Amino acid sequence: MSNKLIVSLSPHAHGTDSVERNMYGVIIALIPALIVSFIYFGIGSVIVCATSVASCVFFEWAITKFILKSKHNTITDGSSILTGLLLGFNLPSNLPIWIIIIGALVAIGVAKMTFGGLGCNPFNPALVGRVFLLISFPVQMTSWPVIGQLYKYTDAITAATPLSIMKHAISSNDPSLLDKLPDSISMLLGNPGLNHGAGSLGEVCALALIVGLIYLLVRKIITWHIPVSIFVTVFVLSGLMHLASPVYADPIQELLSGGLMLGAIFMATDYVTSPMTSNGQIIYGVSIGFLTVVIRAFGSYPEGMSFAILIMNAFTPLINTYCKPKRFGEVNK
Amino acid sequence: MSFVLIAVIVLGAIGLISAVILYVTSKKFAVKEDLRIAEVSAVLPQANCGGCGFPGCSGFAAACVKAADGGSLEGKHCPVGGLPVMEKVASILGMIAVEDAPNAAVVRCNGTCENRPRIVKYDGLMTCSAVNSCGTGETACGDGCLGCGDCVAACQFDAIYINPDTMIPEVDEDKCTACGACAKACPRNIIEIRLKGKKNKRVYVSCVNRDKGAFAIKVCKVSCIACGKCQKICQFNAITIDDNLAYIDDEKCRLCRLCEKECPRNAIIAVNFPIPKMADSKSKISIVGQKVEA
Amino acid sequence: MMKTFRLGGVHPAENKLSADVATTVAALPAQAVFPLSQHIGAPAKPVVTKGDKVKVGQLIAEAGGFVSAPIFSSVSGVVAKIDCVVDATGYRKPSIIIKVEGDDWEECIDRSDKLERLSDHQELSPEDIVGRIKDAGIVGMGGAGFPTHVKLCPPPDSKAEFVIINGAECEPYITSDYRLMMEHADEILVGVALLMKAARVDKGFIGVEDNKPDAITLLTKKAKDYQNIVIVTLKQKYPQGGEKQLIDAIVDRQVPAPPAIPVNVGAIVQNVGTAFAVYQAVMKHKPLFERYVSVTGKKLQNPANFLVRMGTPMSQLIDACGGMPQGDNKLLAGGPMMGKALTTTEVPICKGTNSVTILSEKDAKRTEAQPCIRCAKCVNACPMGLEPFLLSTLSSMKEWESVEKEKITSCIECGSCMFTCPAHRPLLDHIRMGKGTVMGIIKTRNANNKK
Repeated sequence: MSNKLIVSLSPHAHGTDSVERNMYGVIIALIPALIVSFIYFGIGSVIVCATSVASCVFFEWAITKFILKSKHNTITDGSSILTGLLLGFNLPSNLPIWIIIIGALVAIGVAKMTFGGLGCNPFNPALVGRVFLLISFPVQMTSWPVIGQLYKYTDAITAATPLSIMKHAISSNDPSLLDKLPDSISMLLGNPGLNHGAGSLGEVCALALIVGLIYLLVRKIITWHIPVSIFVTVFVLSGLMHLASPVYADPIQELLSGGLMLGAIFMATDYVTSPMTSNGQIIYGVSIGFLTVVIRAFGSYPEGMSFAILIMNAFTPLINTYCKPKRFGEVNK
Repeated sequence: MSFVLIAVIVLGAIGLISAVILYVTSKKFAVKEDLRIAEVSAVLPQANCGGCGFPGCSGFAAACVKAADGGSLEGKHCPVGGLPVMEKVASILGMIAVEDAPNAAVVRCNGTCENRPRIVKYDGLMTCSAVNSCGTGETACGDGCLGCGDCVAACQFDAIYINPDTMIPEVDEDKCTACGACAKACPRNIIEIRLKGKKNKRVYVSCVNRDKGAFAIKVCKVSCIACGKCQKICQFNAITIDDNLAYIDDEKCRLCRLCEKECPRNAIIAVNFPIPKMADSKSKISIVGQKVEA
Repeated sequence: MMKTFRLGGVHPAENKLSADVATTVAALPAQAVFPLSQHIGAPAKPVVTKGDKVKVGQLIAEAGGFVSAPIFSSVSGVVAKIDCVVDATGYRKPSIIIKVEGDDWEECIDRSDKLERLSDHQELSPEDIVGRIKDAGIVGMGGAGFPTHVKLCPPPDSKAEFVIINGAECEPYITSDYRLMMEHADEILVGVALLMKAARVDKGFIGVEDNKPDAITLLTKKAKDYQNIVIVTLKQKYPQGGEKQLIDAIVDRQVPAPPAIPVNVGAIVQNVGTAFAVYQAVMKHKPLFERYVSVTGKKLQNPANFLVRMGTPMSQLIDACGGMPQGDNKLLAGGPMMGKALTTTEVPICKGTNSVTILSEKDAKRTEAQPCIRCAKCVNACPMGLEPFLLSTLSSMKEWESVEKEKITSCIECGSCMFTCPAHRPLLDHIRMGKGTVMGIIKTRNANNKK
């Protein structure tokens, strides 16, 4: 068999980037938060994360093999593992396994595979799963275990999260209720021990998430536009509201509470559902920040981040149509 | 009770007002169209293949109406529907349908994997237009079939498919409507729409290579080298040699097959002729896609 | 703050394996092949026939029109035939084939090493210079092959303000321009001065990427003798060597979308090899028949740079470097980003061939494409501010109107988008098809409008 020359069209070189590198990069960025969640929530966190990841991967494998009957299975590209992790981070550590599996089925089966798989989904799959569970199982999804119960799973003691305290303060128009909030350092680091902080797996320790953000920026997996525009908008808007009336929490507490950090860094920056140009991303981020603050302050749910991101996911195609990049030569000297 | 009455009256009034508005607007903003176009369009196959040369079936219907006003339906032919459809169109318009000779797509290349050696490996987008712009393809023939199936993708009637053993497209002449989509899709103009012929028999040169003979021989076992033997033996002046390639004019060809026997390269193919009962070892009748005996 | 172009760009691995290998003169071939179409524009028309004896530097084909260039023999010998030979496009094109006998040069060519300065030849008018460039058959030596004399005659509505010389050599592997700058800096500067006089401008820039510090130092030292030539250090980023990117980086002006051309913003861009060829043509009466070529590749035994007579088959140069490596390889005319993959090693060196690059199958094999993950890395990489993912999808769906609105004609086919895409999608393959079709549609539309 003589050696042949290979021909193809240019370019004949490729960079080191790949889908796997990006997906696994985000998973690595989530590791600090994962370790912190194990330390704070113990066995509950392990069960929730493991179930979520395993069921997401399983559903993607099963749907690809038996329903779509395609030759290649996409589970190795890391996106289903990532969806599983992010879904898990949105859930309380005392959620029963069967509910988690339903959430994974909705996240992968409905929000991702029905639209065509990776790259085709209009909405963030993990958030769709989470919102579905919130609406279907409101009681289980709003009882948040307190940090520090390492060996308790479904029997963990629950308490009010910082966001529910803030909601309570607004609805009863009583700023003194805000004194019950943990101090900012505790919210940044999370604070183990009963009666100190409660929340979903991914939201209690903001510092771990910020470490993940720095890692993603350094490895150039995401750009700064979306997270920074969300943070700035939330800070400014909630700052103005706090100045207007002390019923609203101060901006630092708003930034550190609830799923804002997790959403801004990992969910809103999802490639598939966010705009493609920097200007579009800034508009997207500002709108998410605005919607989050509005829903938190005036809506009936204490948490607005998931809904804000899903609403803006619907606007992404519109933003893409109108926010085109600056063409070379457009501005003529 | 009065609530129900009020609800009924209000909804009824809304319904009535909406009906009036819809009626008035449909009359005021109605598009005036010749009714015959819709009638003609209704009998057409609705394949919108463009084989008639007009944009879709509605375009063809409009053209037929215009032609009928001009006096004759000549030149208007629907390849998908054929004569039955044209007779219906003619009867709607009060004209006579002119029978058009049926055509079929013909793939003028026999450069199978056996006949044409592969000299390079192609890596990349597997469409004929991409491979065509990359060079001659995997073989040395710059005019021959690339086998990536742009023609198959263009066909709306499933009438053409790539034979996996030979990597050359083959036309299912029962399904082929001669709409010409495959011929347009082929970047090397290998597919030609030719007359289907008497009893579906036709003879053609299965080569489009325009290299000089000395080079054409190296490139493929069944290439045309423009030696001219076919032209000399044809008694009906049906064969022309131009730019190192022989071409058989389908209107002049009388299907005598003398050229096929003369061709030293087995580059001329006759389709749908009965295979002789006695196997003639000296006969050089070649069948599309089959290995050629030297 | 080092100068660079404003949008996009990628950083492929440099692999300048032959950078420090001094140029050697390649051996004469046994047979030289001259394709008649080595430039943009009408093919040249042969003026010799079979059996004619030719000398080195003799005209063998005249220009086929205004936008065309003549071809000169690089060897002495006998014309064997005028036949179709496989050239870099992969197709067989008409070429003149000369059987080489001896090394007999035309008498008018000055073969001495004496440096002829422009200051000693003040009698040369701009028209003289353009005329000599035209008669010498000089075309863009960076690869595109646009006839230089046409570039030096801007259309009436544009005035040239500066000459920009492209010494960036942004493609990986290629080192021919670098060696030329290191070994013939004086001649290049005279060539630049000639181009400036021919274009009637008084400012000249030579842009060199910062991965060639020796060349920058050497040129800066030599350029002190010239008041109007500035050596500009450019940040190493692909595709800095693109015409529009070069103009943007050096003089901060953006050429608008086609049909605008660089001279509309006052810039005339020429490759550094073209400047050298201009010096030789005008001062030494030497037409264009030889050039610097780098032969390189990771698996090649001895990557090297050669001064090659045009018409030499690549196989000869590859053998001089140790022969074709084992296994299936990709043979490129040019670099890995924009080079043309060749179907045979017998392709002759032409006016625009600046490199012969050999990639092993491992490096060259394309990975299977995955669905688009909408990461927008292609948008960030595109130096022309386009959206490759959109252009590629629309082209594959044959939406010619939409794709024209998205400015597909601005694409310079640099390959940055495909280089960056994490899903290994064949973006540029589709975009090239779309661009070709749209340009055909525009041409037909303009022709119909004129009627």
